[in-house]
Amino acid sequence: MQKEKFVLVVFSGDLDKVLAAFILATTAASMGMEVKMFFTFWGLNVLRKKKFTSGKNMLQKMMNFMNKSGADRLPLSKFNMLGMGPAMMKVMMKQSKVPSIEEFLKMAKELEIKLLVCTTTFSFMGFKKEDFIDGIDEYCGAATYLAEAREAKVSYFI
Amino acid sequence: MKADETLDCFGLLCPMPIIKTAEKIKQMKVGQVLEVSATDEGIKADMPAWCRTTGNECLGVEEKNGEYHAYVKKLA
Repeated sequence: MQKEKFVLVVFSGDLDKVLAAFILATTAASMGMEVKMFFTFWGLNVLRKKKFTSGKNMLQKMMNFMNKSGADRLPLSKFNMLGMGPAMMKVMMKQSKVPSIEEFLKMAKELEIKLLVCTTTFSFMGFKKEDFIDGIDEYCGAATYLAEAREAKVSYFI
Repeated sequence: MKADETLDCFGLLCPMPIIKTAEKIKQMKVGQVLEVSATDEGIKADMPAWCRTTGNECLGVEEKNGEYHAYVKKLA
């Protein structure tokens, strides 16, 4: 039987939104669906290694210094308060045994969820493949996402 | 209800009981019954929904003293 597909665009790099994306993605995979997560724009921060900055020119380096990388350094979409919000949220998540984003990433790989990186954002932000964690399945563009989305049973933009 | 295997999901929130159930069921044989124990109320609706989608049978979800025991028969 052909597996049903679930595709998500992870545009946001906020801890709360990315958490929702991973909860749905891992659940869908556990329900026997084929899942692809297409990371673009701020969403790329989830898959970027923790680094001081990256980029090829001065502007990119300045932007990527402000635009913090790493799955454990995501801000909250509300009540970020210079990092106090996410710090509190992480403690609350731990108290309730909710996996962290890094743990969800690991789970996603175990569940064979495909992680796709948008090449457009990748390029104009001046990223290199070394800036990203291991386990990226594909570097691709909008056409790949749309080709997947039109075949998918469920398609989300988060 | 008698179960061949058990899975302890006490204290875990959605979607962890479902993800762990999927993992566990994979290692079981067709016809065997799994008992999933949890404290998250979501399991009452989520386990039947998971079973519907994956083609397994939900034999029922029992509730007592804030604990939930869901029984899943592996069919697929």
